[in-house]
Amino acid sequence: MRLRLTVPVELFAIGLAFLLGMLVLFLTGYPPFSALWALFRGAFGTRNAIGQTLTQATPILFTSLAFLLAFRSGIFNIGIEGQFLIGAFTAALFGISFRGLPFPLHAILALFSGGFGGAVYALFPALLKVYLGAHEVITTMMLSYVALYLTSYFVNYPLKAPGWVAQTELVAPSARLPRILPPTQLSLAFPIALGLAFLVLWFLERTVPGFSIRAVGANPEASENRGISVRKYQILAFVLSGFIAGVGGGGEILGVHGRFVDGFSPGYGWDGIAVSLVGRLHPLGCIFASLLFGMLRAGGMTMTRVTKVPLDLSLIIQALVILLVAAPVLIEQLLTRRRKPQKSEV
Amino acid sequence: MSLSQIINLSLFQAQLRMATPILLAALGGLLCERVGVVNIGLEGIMLTSAFFGVLVTYFTSSPLLGFLGGLASGFLWGLVIAVLTVRFFGNQIVVGTGVNVFGLGLSAFLSQKIWGSRGASDAVSGFAPLRSDLLARLPYLGPVLNEHTFLVYLAIALVFVLHFFLFATPWGLRLRAVGENPQAADTAGINVFRYKTLGVVAGSLVASLGGVFLSLGHLNFFAWGMTSGRGFIGLAAMIFGKWTPLGCLLSSLLFGFADALQMRLQALGVLPSQIILLIPYLVTILVLSGFVGRAVPPARYEPYRKE
Repeated sequence: MRLRLTVPVELFAIGLAFLLGMLVLFLTGYPPFSALWALFRGAFGTRNAIGQTLTQATPILFTSLAFLLAFRSGIFNIGIEGQFLIGAFTAALFGISFRGLPFPLHAILALFSGGFGGAVYALFPALLKVYLGAHEVITTMMLSYVALYLTSYFVNYPLKAPGWVAQTELVAPSARLPRILPPTQLSLAFPIALGLAFLVLWFLERTVPGFSIRAVGANPEASENRGISVRKYQILAFVLSGFIAGVGGGGEILGVHGRFVDGFSPGYGWDGIAVSLVGRLHPLGCIFASLLFGMLRAGGMTMTRVTKVPLDLSLIIQALVILLVAAPVLIEQLLTRRRKPQKSEV
Repeated sequence: MSLSQIINLSLFQAQLRMATPILLAALGGLLCERVGVVNIGLEGIMLTSAFFGVLVTYFTSSPLLGFLGGLASGFLWGLVIAVLTVRFFGNQIVVGTGVNVFGLGLSAFLSQKIWGSRGASDAVSGFAPLRSDLLARLPYLGPVLNEHTFLVYLAIALVFVLHFFLFATPWGLRLRAVGENPQAADTAGINVFRYKTLGVVAGSLVASLGGVFLSLGHLNFFAWGMTSGRGFIGLAAMIFGKWTPLGCLLSSLLFGFADALQMRLQALGVLPSQIILLIPYLVTILVLSGFVGRAVPPARYEPYRKE
């Protein structure tokens, strides 16, 4: 597994993905340049646009940090979407109940309960993986569907607020995260996510458990021989990953929506995977990559409104970035035009 | 409501029908894994081929051409995945994730463009179910096996063809050898890259049959994300089936039953749909963790680099 990539590879991958995205637009009869222009304007053009970009980047930064932490221990937590939803749901519940708690305390506890929900939801696949050998890619994927339908059931039936929209009641004002760039929806969740990126960096680089997680991911056999329990640290990384995803979900509810709305996540959990990879599985890289993907989401909405290009173009570009980043050798060869090191003898 | 409203022969007929896409995904995953490539992009491959099956049928009014269009998209995905993972040593899980996201994005994008809705396409004419009067006279088994589209029978036939191919022909032996021990296979003069590519492309093709089944043999239109995790459930069926075609058939029938039961209960409206929809996913998790024991895959999932 290659973790060391050079900067130009990702930049080249992103550039190439945008070009291919424009090709898709051209082939389907949309104007590629004005669509891209609308996208950039919607992402940076005005103060509101920038606020939108940062708002969209926030949950993605959380989920990318979550993916990264598990990945560093050798775990593919592709079920972040599920942990994100469960975290959002528990944070909403906590924010609705316990009315009467004072402001910062209520919000902080609600955010933590979101993290707790995500952590517990990640504990299941962690234990199934470590003790029963159930592949985490499949179990976390299945659990994402479970989380989606389960939360949907609760907000459609027992916890539905009056009205025709499937959503819970509003959380108490004391549980809300304050907006920091009105009138945009940008909330305190954004600086929290930024701080968390540095915290994750410090944890991985400067603490013993962080080191052990990296050791387990880099070489499980050698770690086990040196007395570092692979099981223990994979479970720890998995649960921490779920915790971060859950906090991200909570931040989205307490900062943006104020309540759990059915289907509120357009797939922030999946975005996190791509962002993490583009960010070279490094917390600081995740910051930059989440800004890029936040731009795609925020600008994509403007693009759709102005040029009628379907929003899913952002998803296509995102997928292209993932595919191109997945095989750095491909891009390295495109860039250097080196003679192929691996001649297949066909 | 009585139990016979839920459990009757038509439930088992639906079980066989719903097992088909999972079986095809499992067989596709099996071919890839036997050559040492974990293909978690099955979901995206199936979704893409389900989409192109409908798209081509919509423009040509011929489900047969749609079928070929769906297969062509599976073939292309197979090539892309093989090039990225085998030729350029890309991370298999990452590539698969990219395929899944791309399938979801492209199908929704084009669906919006062509039918003005990212939710569902217009209806097209799919494959008609085949009916045999002789089979219909068979007690119990007849009604279960009768009146399926040809893809159901094709999937079952593939099980036996693949079993024979993998375990009784020299090509099958080479395919397995390339996954189990690429160094030794290379030393024995087998072209490792060629067989790995062959396995991945063939596997993706088989999985795309499952996608075409969903959109042309089951629903007769394309719906957003209509594979709904069946690619992943197929992988679970493959693991539960211990990486053999016959095993895949049996475990797919189990998951097919969960899916058929889910649809039946939903039609009867006994519980909120969200709760009933959970059944196949919960069954998958339970099966993967409870019954399998520690699964030992037959291949090493690493890119092969020649010394």
